[in-house]
Amino acid sequence: MNTIIEIRNLRKDYHVGEVTVHALRGIDLKITEGEFVAIMGASGSGKSTMLNILGCLDKPTAGDYLLDGINVSSMEKDAIARLRNQKLGFVFQAYNLLARTTALENVELPLFYNPKVRARDRREAAIRALEAVGLTDRMHHMPNQLSGGQQQRVAIARSLVNDPVLILADEPTGNLDTRTSFEIMELFQNLNEKGRTIVYVTHEPDIAKFATRNVMFRDGKIYRESIVTERLNAKEILETLPVEVIEEFD
Amino acid sequence: MNYSNLFRIAIRALIRNKLRAFLTMLGIIIGVASVIAMLAIGEGSKQKMRGQISSMGTNMVMVMPNFQRRGGVSLGASSSMALKYTDVIALRNEAVDVGAVSPEIRASGQIIYSNKNTQTTIYGVSEEYLSIRKLEVLSGRVFNANETRSMAKVCILGQTVVENLFGKGADPVGLSIRIKNLPFLVIGVLKDKGESGMGQDQDDLILAPYTTVQRRLAAIDYINGIYASALSEEKSPAAIVEVEEILRRTHKLKESTENDFRVMSQSELLKTITSITDIMTYLLGAIAGISLLVGGIGIMNIMFVSVTERTREIGLRMSIGGRGKDIMKQFLAESIILSILGGVMGVVFGYLLARLAGSLMSSQAIVKTQSVVLAFIVCFVIGVFFGWYPARKAANLNPIDALRYE
Ligand SMILES: Nc1ncnc2c1ncn2[C@@H]1O[C@H](COP(=O)(O)OP(=O)(O)OP(=O)(O)O)[C@@H](O)[C@H]1O
Ligand SMILES: [Mg+2]
Repeated sequence: MNTIIEIRNLRKDYHVGEVTVHALRGIDLKITEGEFVAIMGASGSGKSTMLNILGCLDKPTAGDYLLDGINVSSMEKDAIARLRNQKLGFVFQAYNLLARTTALENVELPLFYNPKVRARDRREAAIRALEAVGLTDRMHHMPNQLSGGQQQRVAIARSLVNDPVLILADEPTGNLDTRTSFEIMELFQNLNEKGRTIVYVTHEPDIAKFATRNVMFRDGKIYRESIVTERLNAKEILETLPVEVIEEFD
Repeated sequence: MNYSNLFRIAIRALIRNKLRAFLTMLGIIIGVASVIAMLAIGEGSKQKMRGQISSMGTNMVMVMPNFQRRGGVSLGASSSMALKYTDVIALRNEAVDVGAVSPEIRASGQIIYSNKNTQTTIYGVSEEYLSIRKLEVLSGRVFNANETRSMAKVCILGQTVVENLFGKGADPVGLSIRIKNLPFLVIGVLKDKGESGMGQDQDDLILAPYTTVQRRLAAIDYINGIYASALSEEKSPAAIVEVEEILRRTHKLKESTENDFRVMSQSELLKTITSITDIMTYLLGAIAGISLLVGGIGIMNIMFVSVTERTREIGLRMSIGGRGKDIMKQFLAESIILSILGGVMGVVFGYLLARLAGSLMSSQAIVKTQSVVLAFIVCFVIGVFFGWYPARKAANLNPIDALRYE
């Protein structure tokens, strides 16, 4: 199996006035292709900081980050932008969809920045991504005409559309109720089964159990890593939930 | 990213925020429109005045008796009689910078034709008068030297007089009218000249030989004025000096005595009026400039607000692979679209405004290319710079900082 992520002694300091916050204090982590990793930990332990660096949205203060064999730390801004565009898909807790823009157009957006995608293939690719998240019937809805779960699925479709090697999600279910959270997890498990590598952050131990591996953060360090033994299957759990709840969130 | 993508993204972003886009454009529209309208009105009235004055002949030189009062005491009736026909002869013989010279004697009185009558001024002049004052004969002819010598009762009518006595467009040549109860033969009709720059009717006049008017109508031995034309517009200052010298000599004025006449030239008048209208244009331009400035500040404001609001959008665009230059190009494209669209609408709006103002002021408003270009460039620069500069700032942030921006 290919190593998708390899980080060595990664550090991140924030300077706020006189104070220096050591958000990450030396992280070593390896993630191989096809893995489904949940990052756990208390608030302020550095999970988001870690994920933002993995997503190339932020730069580490020190340490190496190899993404798909390339050392990101030594790359130029534009090359990193291309990396974000073609190798990474980021899902935010707050969805971050463009307002007054249809679901389809939101999903299309990353394709505009991808020179490899021709204009006439754009629409089709976006529709395929929306199909993958089961939202073809909401294609022309604006974000404010969609439920939170649907918005998150649009965001996931957007992260998928350039066929990235890695999907990163920072508390993707943080704003959603239990059932919708499970639906998102079902989607992730589907994608993972098809070979997509996924790393996500969550607070809830329940949600972490859908992953194949858990990484616990504490005070900017990895405190414990574990393989999930009693892995949950989101599809099965959803089938056991009462039907009326399904309608409520459909 | 290619340019069709770029403009597609920019246009989508603008359509998403129609109101904001419109408000930004409004600043540009008002700025451009006001500059264009103001300058057009200024330019229009300037050209109108110029046109009217030059239609009276730019190389015309006038000599009037000096009516100046000194210390509140009028210099008396004698000063109004200062000019004589001999002055005309002296000018004709001696002045080298002066071409045609004509006396002018004015008499006013009632004019009668059958049951119609009117009141007007009869100008006693020589034949040269017509060329000096740029008057043209529409039909008939000008009186000749014989008729002048014999004080013939012949006259040429202005269009207003024709209209009052015979009706509009009539040709009364060969008919006889009564001026101050004397019968006069109409030998010609003048082409109409319209209003003068000062709003007086230039067609309300009758021309007759100066001898006839001096003796038969006014019964005086002096003349009211002299009209001459300098050889060219450039020579008119020299002509003024020359005329003054000759007249001082013929009037036998001592070194210390003031002139008992005044010499004026049309080109001087033109200069004065041009400088006044120039000042007016600059004033209007300054007012317009202020509104352009206010418009510019409005553009800046909206752009700043929108970029702050859109820093998060910029962060998102970067997080999905937008490079700094893609973002900046997008904002630049948006600004250019807004500026050009607003600029074009401003030009159209300004032009209509100028037309409207022009028709209200019964003068033409002239839109000059320079003012269009100026207004356009100023708004374009402001719009583009203030659209692009904050976007550049945002695009230089880490994506995560832009995403978290509040
Ligand atoms: N932009 C920043 N400037 C300064 N300090 C920051 C910044 N971002 C994060 N920190 C600090 O870094 C530490 C780690 O923050 P981080 O957001 O990674 O925590 P987290 O594990 O994601 O917490 P949570 O579960 O609440 O989201 C915290 O102490 C936080 O205060
Ligand atoms: Mg966090």
